[in-house]
Amino acid sequence: MDVELRQVRNTLIVRVEGELDMLVADKMRSDIDKKMDNNEIKNLILNMEKVSFIDSSGLGVILGRYKKISSKNGRMYIVGARPQVEKILYFSGINKLVSMCRNEQDVINLQGR
Amino acid sequence: MNVRNYCKFEILSLPENISFARACVGAFASQLGCTIDEIEEVKLVVSEAVSNCIIHAYENRTNEIITIVISLLDDRTLEIIIEDYGKGIEDIDSVLQPTYSSEPNRMGLGFTFMKSFMDDMEVLSKPGEGTSVQLKRSFLTKDNEAYA
Repeated sequence: MDVELRQVRNTLIVRVEGELDMLVADKMRSDIDKKMDNNEIKNLILNMEKVSFIDSSGLGVILGRYKKISSKNGRMYIVGARPQVEKILYFSGINKLVSMCRNEQDVINLQGR
Repeated sequence: MNVRNYCKFEILSLPENISFARACVGAFASQLGCTIDEIEEVKLVVSEAVSNCIIHAYENRTNEIITIVISLLDDRTLEIIIEDYGKGIEDIDSVLQPTYSSEPNRMGLGFTFMKSFMDDMEVLSKPGEGTSVQLKRSFLTKDNEAYA
């Protein structure tokens, strides 16, 4: 499981790779929170193109980051979820809280509006 | 119902073993000829059940035992039993409510996933002795009745 963090202006882009279960949920949570707490981050883009599996531990991390971002009046986006991962995101209702986009460019277009 | 194949294994309650457990069950269940989507659902269910054992039954202690029993039954039915010997559940009904969670920032979807993606779920628990989650799903469809 790899987590890559990149900041573009006030947006944090998180690219995750692998299986998002309890083993990696804690590390992902603390990596993102450290970056969010130390920087002027308002929006969060979670790129899930390379995530092959997610369970409720992974969903918990997404929900927690959504709560943090929305408390700063920011927006959160999930990008590129594969069909099997997307199915679980929809099942959990997270798609009603977080904007689902095809790729990072779509988010930039959306933000530009 | 006859058992066509059977597998039983034990793992330590380490988070590293969650992916191992779901991969094992997924590989074994694939003998039933189910689709990749169906295998993915089974893996999710196992992930939830084993995570519950670690987080709730053993409160993140990593030196405890989780037992996993998989049976492939004659009519393309998969039966999975996941057992721990941890603290047990006082009030099973409330734990089975959707979005119930004992901790904030968890979604309380574990049992909801298990119920949704399996045909049958039974939870047996004794406080102080442990919990057994028994899950069943049939993959018998009109197209493959010949298998049974």
